[in-house]
Amino acid sequence: MIAQTAIRAAVALVFVAPALAQELPRQKIELVAPPFVHPHEQATEQGPKIVEFRLTAEEKQIVIDDAGTKLQAMTFNGSIPAPMMVVHEGDYVEVTLVNPATNSMPHNIDFHSATGASGGGDLTLVNPGEQVVLRWKATRTGVFVYHCIPGGVGPMVPWHIASGMSGVVMVLPRDGLKDRGRKPLRYDRVYYLGEQDFYVPRDAKGRFRSYDTHIDAFADTMDLMRKLVPTHVVFNGRVGALTGRNAMPAKVGETVLIVHSQADRDSRPHLVGGHGDYVWESGKFSNPPETDLETWFIRGGSAGAALYTFLQPGVYAYVNHNMVEAFELGATAHFRVEGAWSDDLMTRIKAPEAIPAKASLR
Amino acid sequence: MLGAAAILAAAAISALALEHGAEPEAVRRPIPDLVELQAGHFRHRAAGEFSRDGRPVTAPIVMAEITRKLAVMRHQVTAADYQRCVEAEACPVVDHDGAVPGLPMVKVSWRDAHAYASWLSRETGELYRLPTDEEWAYAAAGRFQDDALPENLDFGDHSQRRLAIYDRDARRREMLDPAPRPVGSFGANENGLLDMAGNVWEWTDTCYTRNTLDARGEVVATTANCGIRVVEGRHRTYMSDFIRDARAGGCSIGTPPRHLGFRLVRDDDPWGARHQVSAWARRLLGLSI
Repeated sequence: MIAQTAIRAAVALVFVAPALAQELPRQKIELVAPPFVHPHEQATEQGPKIVEFRLTAEEKQIVIDDAGTKLQAMTFNGSIPAPMMVVHEGDYVEVTLVNPATNSMPHNIDFHSATGASGGGDLTLVNPGEQVVLRWKATRTGVFVYHCIPGGVGPMVPWHIASGMSGVVMVLPRDGLKDRGRKPLRYDRVYYLGEQDFYVPRDAKGRFRSYDTHIDAFADTMDLMRKLVPTHVVFNGRVGALTGRNAMPAKVGETVLIVHSQADRDSRPHLVGGHGDYVWESGKFSNPPETDLETWFIRGGSAGAALYTFLQPGVYAYVNHNMVEAFELGATAHFRVEGAWSDDLMTRIKAPEAIPAKASLR
Repeated sequence: MLGAAAILAAAAISALALEHGAEPEAVRRPIPDLVELQAGHFRHRAAGEFSRDGRPVTAPIVMAEITRKLAVMRHQVTAADYQRCVEAEACPVVDHDGAVPGLPMVKVSWRDAHAYASWLSRETGELYRLPTDEEWAYAAAGRFQDDALPENLDFGDHSQRRLAIYDRDARRREMLDPAPRPVGSFGANENGLLDMAGNVWEWTDTCYTRNTLDARGEVVATTANCGIRVVEGRHRTYMSDFIRDARAGGCSIGTPPRHLGFRLVRDDDPWGARHQVSAWARRLLGLSI
């Protein structure tokens, strides 16, 4: 009898909150492929909403470098990293996860920004041909990783993550970002850089192997992953993906928010020729940002955010300042910044020339 | 000098003949397939970096002269060609991946190419060497790519030049074609030379220079770094002589040569050729700015 009452009470509690949430206004967001981020308000005067997103698991072969190396990738919405979702504190995130019948494996999502049930992982496992809808409340501000975590169906979690299934949710304070003194901070552009380690097995001659299916690639890839030495470390899913024609544009005087995630390994981002004016190194906006950083740290399994106002035109490399990873494995992106040069900040006084012969000793 | 080379060559060939007794000498002896080009002169975008008033400027156009007939290898040195030098223990063994029979030799440094030229000279009794940048351009003729930056950038702030270089390199990237292809895949140019400016770049003997121009455009000072050589192909670049596998430069900016290979020229008058190189500065007359 008592037990029954308790159950009824529990049921009532469970249903009260969602019943209220159910009445909130809804907003449907079309996600965009990184490094770009869907349009959003930086600060909002609206009340909490239910923000709807749709993620489709997509298993596909991709090319990850200029030599044509192929990877059996796993993605959300076809991009590596998965798209960034932006909401405000107190909003509800409602995600439809679709696993098309053309896929070969189950997938799910663990949102680091959500509370309980493995971040939703326990409630979202969908087989090929299924879809699921999960709603969770954004109670903490910051940038948070989300990733696939298909437990209970074999030892596949690290494989899914190392194949590309991670992205970021940004939960903004309702009144926007602030500095240490609570002064508002705004950005003119936001870029999301997902750093990804790949492990591509080699053949007997040392050449990268390609596989016809994900399942074919599984055993060799896992063996290589266990050694913890990636063959590629890249931004946006491919060596050079954010360079050349795809370099991220900006202008002198513009403030850019750079969100950086790494679901597996530690990274140490550095903007060559620039700085981090305001950096939320651990990525959580309830902590005051650090200022004027040269290099910051992204813990594996987290995202961080850095705000920088460009002061000089030119090409800025954004690197993992383990330069071996940046130059040999691929962890380099570029900003292409237009504007007028400031001689006050930097001037070459004398061009390279032959060292003058020493004046005779007197 | 020449006599000594001939004796060495004879010794090497007889050693080969002993080892492979059944094969006739003629089969084993490397006989490069050469194309002879007539002497001539042409307008050429000078190699190296140039500056005026402490600012980088676009390299001048110079009148280049090829003073004598020039015998150039019809095709790039192949993996099989290079392998014979390796077997003779005269060339370094390079990355296995670089040596696929039937394909041009790739993943070779300037030093490797130099070793090959020395070996081939000994084997044949003729003097083979890498072409100069000018000789390569002369041989490449219509295949030579002059993608120098517009000269109006000489007067803007240096970041504009930097961005223009970046954009030019970004356009280059789209031409990349990964795998080396069999000899002849990129066709012949008007001189009958195969695969000029294909996807295998070629080492030249020209050193990397920095040149200071005066107001009239005359070179008034030059510093040379011969640890870096000019590499020619779909675009010109500069590469440290020990590099076999080109990568992009600082901060991964720039588009590197897809593959590094080489072809040689036969030098019928080595002293004349050297004179030609030293006369290079004097030919910086026909400036067009």
